[in-house]
Amino acid sequence: MRLRKILLSALAIVIALVWVFPVYWMVNSAFLPNTVLQSFIPTFFPVPGTASNFVGVLADGSFVNALGMSVAITLTAVFFCILFAFLAAVAISRFRFRGRKSFVIAVLIVQMLPAEGLFIAQYKMVASANLLNSVIGVSVIYVAAVVPFTIWMLRGFVAGVPADLEEAAMVDGLSRFGAFMRITFPLLAPGLVASGVYAFLQAWNEFTVALVLLPAEAAHTLPLWLRGFVQASATRETDWGQVMAASTLVAVPVIVFFLIVQGRLTSGLVSGAVKG
Amino acid sequence: MSTVARIRRRPVRTPYLLLIPAIAILLLGMGYPVIWQIVTSMQEYGLAQQFGKPAPFVGAGNYLELFANGELWAVVARSLVFCLVTAFLTLGLGTLLSLLMTAVTKTARLILQIALLLAWSMPVVAAMTVWIWLFDRRRGAINYVLDMIPGVEMNRFDWLSQPWTFFIVASIIVIWMSVPFVAFSLYAGLTQVSDEVMEAAQLDGANAWQRFWGIILPMIRPVISIVLLLQLIWDLRVFTQITMLKDAGSKSGEYDLLGTYIYKLGTSSQDFGMASAVSILVLALTIALSWFYIRSLLKEDAS
Repeated sequence: MRLRKILLSALAIVIALVWVFPVYWMVNSAFLPNTVLQSFIPTFFPVPGTASNFVGVLADGSFVNALGMSVAITLTAVFFCILFAFLAAVAISRFRFRGRKSFVIAVLIVQMLPAEGLFIAQYKMVASANLLNSVIGVSVIYVAAVVPFTIWMLRGFVAGVPADLEEAAMVDGLSRFGAFMRITFPLLAPGLVASGVYAFLQAWNEFTVALVLLPAEAAHTLPLWLRGFVQASATRETDWGQVMAASTLVAVPVIVFFLIVQGRLTSGLVSGAVKG
Repeated sequence: MSTVARIRRRPVRTPYLLLIPAIAILLLGMGYPVIWQIVTSMQEYGLAQQFGKPAPFVGAGNYLELFANGELWAVVARSLVFCLVTAFLTLGLGTLLSLLMTAVTKTARLILQIALLLAWSMPVVAAMTVWIWLFDRRRGAINYVLDMIPGVEMNRFDWLSQPWTFFIVASIIVIWMSVPFVAFSLYAGLTQVSDEVMEAAQLDGANAWQRFWGIILPMIRPVISIVLLLQLIWDLRVFTQITMLKDAGSKSGEYDLLGTYIYKLGTSSQDFGMASAVSILVLALTIALSWFYIRSLLKEDAS
């Protein structure tokens, strides 16, 4: 029995190494000079390490430009997404009203609609409003795409703050709005952060809609910009060191933020099933 | 309790006001496109219409043309096979890893969980660039390692130049990205299976295999079905992965799945009528698949 546990643990560690290898490989290649990467024998440790790939990536204005575009779109989308979702979450978890159930069903259905099945229409709509390559056009689509799950996530948090607390504050003389702002809102802070990070990840990583709505190179977000590097590899020799450095720069903030919300994300997606 | 009930029952306009912004953005960003697409899918909407010519109504014409079209069927069949194979492999592997997590030491579990989390959190586009680099024909680490196996000649093997290996690569990448979610969800489910029940079963002489099929599986079945459903839905819409693999490899239509096929109809052929018809097909398929998922979430909302 003991031996079995040790063997299985060893197996788990081997699997862990295999699984993490691509992430390691990205960072490893990012720190290797291109002359080493050009060799036909891979180098498995970044021992003669260099930061020149990062310097090269940052020196090129296109990365900074794409970064600016990504930040602008993501911040706009996250702000409106959280604001709208918060209001809606309060409505469905603090009130019982006619049409509540229809709204919840509609939200859940919309949440499942894939961008891959909608982008033709979204392109046409944004193009006819003359908003292609603009922050606003793509942000509108992002907010609409992310708001449903955010409502769903926040709904749980709002419901988790007992209404009795608000009642008590109202008895003590606060207005309903005042009670909400002073009692419930601070208790919701973790929920708002988690939902905000979720919305951030969705908008920051989004590829399909951006590809369709931001055709001009100057309007490319980071995912589109990163794709451009690989796309070019079909025609000329790719500078893999720089591509990996760029991928690392794009991935690191995402990984950090992701670790913050991971637990909530898992339970949010499958809750209901686990309770059984 | 009574005060809460009173407040909830009070007929108010507040909830409707609170919903206005969310409903407005959903109608604008999702509702209008869906309706536009339904209408356009019943029109002839090609290059001429892009330049302002009125679009004639053709009813089910686009759909009939699609169903008579061998290329669409090939794409649909390929997408479904890819989706089913990838989703089930993901589920199988995820289940094994979640069971492994329950059977190992704390340190080993933590190491495995961190590795899975790192893979899970990689942005799709960054993950794709790394994998394309790993599978690179000449300098990729994968060909190098495979080539070291005696008797295997993988030097300069071009994975992306034929549909079979192209989709194997795509499937490996999608599985790599999706297994962590499955493993974590199932592990959360497994930790809810009580130790006493397992011990009782063990005392009664049930072996590991019997305990899995008789106790564990029935108890985590709800989680398994949800996770499988989500996986099927997500694997039906692999657009980024296929697009980027096509960038690095072949551009031919044999490598298209539904997402890239719609994109091609819309961009290079400028045939918005047909593209809309295929989109509606994808939406219908997704909603049909999602229905069970939505129902289970609604149950949670009611509780």
